[in-house]
Amino acid sequence: MTNTGGDNRARLITLYGTMCRIRAFEETALAAHKAGEIPGPLHVSIGQEAVAAGVCGNLRRDDRITSNHRGHGHALAKGAGVSGMMEELFGRAGGHCRGKGGSMHIADFSVGMLGANGVVAGGIPIAVGAAQGIKLLGADSIVACFFGDGAINRGPFLEGLNWAVLYRLPVLFVCEDNGVAAFTATASVTAGPGVAARAQSLGVPCTSVDGNDAAAVDEAAARLVAEIRGGSGPRLLHATTYRITGHTSSDPAAWRDPAAVAAAKEAEPIGRLRARLLAEGVPAAMLDGIQGEARAEMTHAREDALSAPWPDPAIAWEDVQDCGAVEAH
Amino acid sequence: MAQVTLVEAARLAALQEMRRDPTVWVLGEDVARGGLFGQYRGFLDEFGADRIVSTPISESMIMGGGLGAALVGTRPIIEMRIFDFVMCAMDELVNQVAKVRYMFGGQAKPAVVVRMPHGIWRNSAAQHSQTLESWFTHIPGVIVAVPATPADTAGLLVSAIRSDDPVLFFDPKNLFPLTGEVPAVIDPIPFGKARLARAGKDLTIVTWSAIVPQVEEAGAMLAERGIEAEILDLRTLWPWDEEAVAASLHRTGRLLVAHEAVTVGGFGGEVVARMVERLGPAAIKAVARVGQPRVPVPFAPPLEDALKPDTAKIVAAAEALMRR
Repeated sequence: MTNTGGDNRARLITLYGTMCRIRAFEETALAAHKAGEIPGPLHVSIGQEAVAAGVCGNLRRDDRITSNHRGHGHALAKGAGVSGMMEELFGRAGGHCRGKGGSMHIADFSVGMLGANGVVAGGIPIAVGAAQGIKLLGADSIVACFFGDGAINRGPFLEGLNWAVLYRLPVLFVCEDNGVAAFTATASVTAGPGVAARAQSLGVPCTSVDGNDAAAVDEAAARLVAEIRGGSGPRLLHATTYRITGHTSSDPAAWRDPAAVAAAKEAEPIGRLRARLLAEGVPAAMLDGIQGEARAEMTHAREDALSAPWPDPAIAWEDVQDCGAVEAH
Repeated sequence: MAQVTLVEAARLAALQEMRRDPTVWVLGEDVARGGLFGQYRGFLDEFGADRIVSTPISESMIMGGGLGAALVGTRPIIEMRIFDFVMCAMDELVNQVAKVRYMFGGQAKPAVVVRMPHGIWRNSAAQHSQTLESWFTHIPGVIVAVPATPADTAGLLVSAIRSDDPVLFFDPKNLFPLTGEVPAVIDPIPFGKARLARAGKDLTIVTWSAIVPQVEEAGAMLAERGIEAEILDLRTLWPWDEEAVAASLHRTGRLLVAHEAVTVGGFGGEVVARMVERLGPAAIKAVARVGQPRVPVPFAPPLEDALKPDTAKIVAAAEALMRR
């Protein structure tokens, strides 16, 4: 699905817009967390926006995704409502999860976002099973499964890839490789040549891409999604990127080499796509406008969330189970 | 009414539900071959390999995959082969299956049945003999079913398959050959309703799962000795029939809980505690529990027999209770 000329430019501008919205959401959330407005842990994906935007831009509404603990970008790119997301981070009644999940458990089933996950690799079996269910129901939607490089050292990665091949399931595995598993360089705890070799050893074709090049992610994802929808069985997209911030909002990640961090900031995906679009003649004012709109949208969402009602404590007893639920007292 | 074995009753229940609802399917090791115990015999011919899916030995995927498939609208029966292997899928069960509905504010419907044949069985030793059902009563979000008769297994399995809640279904594998009557059309049995296995006025025996036949045998032996035990088979541990136990105990004043699981931390402790909270200590003359000692299940028959709760131990405990 390589587009040329004006179509392609429009596509890249859309990608730019999605990335700006993710970045603005994350920066706003980070500021709100620092201001004490958002409780609990917060994992932001600043610097990794191209992967979420490039993959989800190729999905239909009835396609599903699963995500990990760093899932705001995936959810936004899949179309999750911003106010529901911001309110969820704030723990308010209007959150997608009624304030019961928070940042780590963002889900919006109405757009096929089957949930972020607080357990590394936890989303892999769920994604593969969702694909199996979709196939059983005779639908032609697919599942994109986002996980990080840390997840490839967990058993569900092996089990999930093996299974998806056996039953030829419509799954796009997306390894968002930011090179770091929590506070540890992944290479220092990973044997062998890494995710691509592991996937290929299980018969899952792997495409490696510069995950900070939004156009490259988009192009690779478009091809893989088309293959999967055509019945190819699973594919893996290995996208290398960089987590500009720490593991959580309270982690300064001070152990990193400052020169490497500075270089990574130079290579961050929004600036790169902006430079390309400018070079292709897109007016700076237009790109500034997109960015400004994104920031305004998220600032609004923050203000709204801050004044939104807290959940009634009585709802803490709801959504447990139909039969055998304990009564509020 | 047909006389069938417990495992055949379970097979008939799953068969009935899979014929009724095309979104019901089974995944687990060797299930297309009929399952380890024949509980899915003939399913491959009738339903095909997409609905009776033999899987790799990948417990995380079996459990997590079943959940994922439920989230898109199917109703999987997740077969764990034997209970002890669920330990390889505890993240998927405890952190995912049990939590998704709540964490996502009610958006998710984890309509899965997790079948886990459990308990002491033919000298299978410590990793194939466990009864840890009490663990799961501690986890919000799940139903815990522990049937002991063919009819209850069939009726509770029908309820489990139709339930939108995740149901942890503990097949009593040592009772698979037990025979009993099962109706041609299997109606669902509601969760949380005990079965009155024997009426009596002298003491209340609360029990469930694999040990129930021995408890019933003990009840008959006690009656010959002039002790009329009332026996309640709980059938499900969450929810459980507090009302029935309280009503019985209110009359008898003596409570014996008998389960195959280790006594320490077993669900018997919860039964006793709730009754004390509910009726007050003055209403209860004496309490006792029968279960396994806190020792892994050994292999050699004399060792296994020494630790396993049985009819004689139940009778002895009941008689001691009557002297207090």
